[in-house]
Amino acid sequence: MELSILVFLAGGLFLGWALGANDAANVFGTAVGTRMIDFVTAATVCSIFVILGAVISGAGTTETLGKLGTITALPGAFSAAVSAAITVYIMTHWGLPVSTSQAIVGAIVGWNLFSGSTTDMGTLATIVSTWLFCPLLAGLLAAGLLPIISWTLRKTKPHLLRLDQATRWALLLAGAFGAYSLGANNIANVMGVFVPTSPFGTIQWGTFLTLNSVQLLFLLGGVAIAVGVFTYSRRVMMTVGNDLFQLSPVAAWVVVIAHSVVLFVFASKGLSSLLAGANLPQLPLVPVSSSQAVVGAILGIGLLKGGAGIRWRVLGGIGIGWVTTPVCAGLVCLVILFVLKNVFGQTVYL
Amino acid sequence: MFFKNNSSLLGRTRKLEAQVDQFLDKVNQCGKAFSAAFQIYLENGVVEDFDRYLGEVQTIEHEADDLRRNIELELYRRTLIPDLRGDVLQLLENIDDLTNIYKADLFRISVQQPDILEEFRADFLELARTAVACVDSLVAAARSFFTDIDAVRDNIREVVRLESDADRISSPLQRKIFSSDLDLAHKTNLRYFVERIDELANQAEDVADQLAIYAIKRRI
Repeated sequence: MELSILVFLAGGLFLGWALGANDAANVFGTAVGTRMIDFVTAATVCSIFVILGAVISGAGTTETLGKLGTITALPGAFSAAVSAAITVYIMTHWGLPVSTSQAIVGAIVGWNLFSGSTTDMGTLATIVSTWLFCPLLAGLLAAGLLPIISWTLRKTKPHLLRLDQATRWALLLAGAFGAYSLGANNIANVMGVFVPTSPFGTIQWGTFLTLNSVQLLFLLGGVAIAVGVFTYSRRVMMTVGNDLFQLSPVAAWVVVIAHSVVLFVFASKGLSSLLAGANLPQLPLVPVSSSQAVVGAILGIGLLKGGAGIRWRVLGGIGIGWVTTPVCAGLVCLVILFVLKNVFGQTVYL
Repeated sequence: MFFKNNSSLLGRTRKLEAQVDQFLDKVNQCGKAFSAAFQIYLENGVVEDFDRYLGEVQTIEHEADDLRRNIELELYRRTLIPDLRGDVLQLLENIDDLTNIYKADLFRISVQQPDILEEFRADFLELARTAVACVDSLVAAARSFFTDIDAVRDNIREVVRLESDADRISSPLQRKIFSSDLDLAHKTNLRYFVERIDELANQAEDVADQLAIYAIKRRI
């Protein structure tokens, strides 16, 4: 493999690292921040399940991003990934709510503009409406699930120590499910733009394990996310965990489950075909924001409890982020594409 | 391996639950022995039966201490949710302090042998019974904290009611003591024991106030 290919892929790997560093906290923040599960256990489980989710179920959301724009040259894909990563970095630095999903969509649209390709407005509308639907669905799920759990616990009256033990296991399992869903839903953000120009072939280990070029790409992206989890997510987990824990351990579990279900339903091809088979409306397979799903779930619980203490400014910030993030990523992508093409003489589209 | 570890973890949790129950039982037993010893003292002074009950209270207090230490160690080893762990440990330590007061009060009675005149005995006995009932209600509240969080509030209400009852007994009793013809040293000595017994109810109420906050934190 040429060195240049690795350099170009590094753009996506950097984005994967940033995603692992930030979004693992949405899944394991509560458990680690409150020291219910030690960081190494959480990071290990998180990494394994992120990689599994990416390799096994990552194709669905990638197809949707592909419909938005198929980046035909590796340097172009690099520009999109790097501009998304830079946008995420800058907006995080300024303390603005940001999502890799929104950044990569903006970057792809930027590439479309630069290369003169058409942006499928139908797909764009589906993606944007899903961003709105994601926190809403997470909020509804959390607000629906919490009373059920609460009623069950009131009826069964488990001993506090047993409930505590069960909560720890439940958080670990919910975290594993959340990590799988995160990998399945968000790998498209990290590696999706490289799929049309994947430099890998198919690899077969033994009789059963075969990984095609896309799965290899996702494996690499999953590993980058895992590196982000191990190297940088601890601090974020401590912050998120302490914020979330105000909810009580069981409510925190509900938040993780609601978040994970939302990411899963927007990523699962299997569920999508199941719904299609039953003549039910299918949910679009779209990369959504893990952080916004968590915020939606917390808001759902907050509203269920009467709405006191909800910080409406946070909601406003998310709404603004839906516009500023893709616009910023699109602009950065245009600049990088211009520099790569005109200064470094790279082919950024075919 | 996973299931084996899991089942042993469940076994350890059950053992810990049993230990917490045993610890709270000890506090109830301690209160019962204290009441019996105090009644014997009021009727007969420091006699053999009084010493037997004093010995019983000392033994129970010691056993409760050992149980509390075991529970604390086990809670730390199992890394219970730290926030909950802190609350549980604080609760058990505060309740354990009440068994220390039971023991210390009987020990002081045995050493100082206060001369409680006939006219004050009924009030002293009523005060002791109310204070012990107050501690028992706190123990009931603590039990419900572990098994039925919704019942905590009712039990705490009972603690507060009994503490007020204890105040209603102790204040007139102290006035009665100081308006009597006893010499000042005698009056002061009797007041000291009124305060010591009333302290059981006061401390039970303080712990109940903390428990109310722990319970709110645990609400889903």
